[in-house]
Amino acid sequence: MIIGWAHTGTSVVASFLASLVECVEALTVVLAVGSVRGWRSALIGSATAIGVLLVIVAALGTVLTHIPLRSIQLVIGTLLLLFGLRWLRKAILRSAGLIPLHDEQAAFAKNAESMRHFGNGHTAWDKIAFAATFHITMLEGTEVVFIVIAIGAGRTGTLFPASLGAVGALLVVIALGFILHRPLARVPENTFKFIVGVMLSAFGTFWVGEGMHLAWPAADWSILALIAAYLAIALVMVPLCRSRSQAVTSNP
Amino acid sequence: MKWIKNIFREIFGLFVDDGAFALAILIWLSFMRWATSHLTLSPAAIGVILFAGLALILIESTTRFARRTPR
Repeated sequence: MIIGWAHTGTSVVASFLASLVECVEALTVVLAVGSVRGWRSALIGSATAIGVLLVIVAALGTVLTHIPLRSIQLVIGTLLLLFGLRWLRKAILRSAGLIPLHDEQAAFAKNAESMRHFGNGHTAWDKIAFAATFHITMLEGTEVVFIVIAIGAGRTGTLFPASLGAVGALLVVIALGFILHRPLARVPENTFKFIVGVMLSAFGTFWVGEGMHLAWPAADWSILALIAAYLAIALVMVPLCRSRSQAVTSNP
Repeated sequence: MKWIKNIFREIFGLFVDDGAFALAILIWLSFMRWATSHLTLSPAAIGVILFAGLALILIESTTRFARRTPR
């Protein structure tokens, strides 16, 4: 089946932005661990986790090719909707000021402080640094793996563009981490989460529809219509939630 | 093995944050699965109904959260 630009382009963008957000969060912890306990074990821990995650993506990608596409679309679409709508819900509430924004500087300070409690770590092999960076890279990386699989598994040929987006995000964050050596606090994380939530919800709706044998009008271009519709609703919900909350404050 | 437990908890947390919100999505998708095989509707109408239900669930969940959360 030939995949169109509407599909490939949105797959790459959604995967890139979602992975960027997760990689930035992982980078903050890796920087905190490396700056306190030394870089060697911290970087080996992170690299090992990336290696494990790549094996998981390769294995899952192979397994998924043996499952009927309609079943994959229904299951992955449902998971993508649970995941994407959850992100979008949180992004709306953050934009409305009802949930605090993620603070990379605060996360860096907290992680650096907790690493100092373990004493001097500048030895040849630091198990604590290795475990800490392996753990955070696996945690954030698991989300990236799910996003790549979910975006890429719904149609033949989309796993590569989705993987490309994730690898691109990883390389950008690694490069910025090496150059700046500090947390990427200026990344508009909630804006990215807002956009990704919209895109993943649109993909999820599209996959579920296809899994239910629904022939979408205009085929792949329906994804763009779904993105526009979810975006419009999300943008309306931000001021609405703000005003509802203010009404609660003024009428306790 | 604590990290394996954490990863499983993290995976569950990827999909379920507000239990009622996740449950509503699953119920709506199950209903739509039933409806697509039992009702005679055009593909465009099914697509619009599928989206509208999910959008309503999102609207209800965010406004419910806002109503009980003072800024």
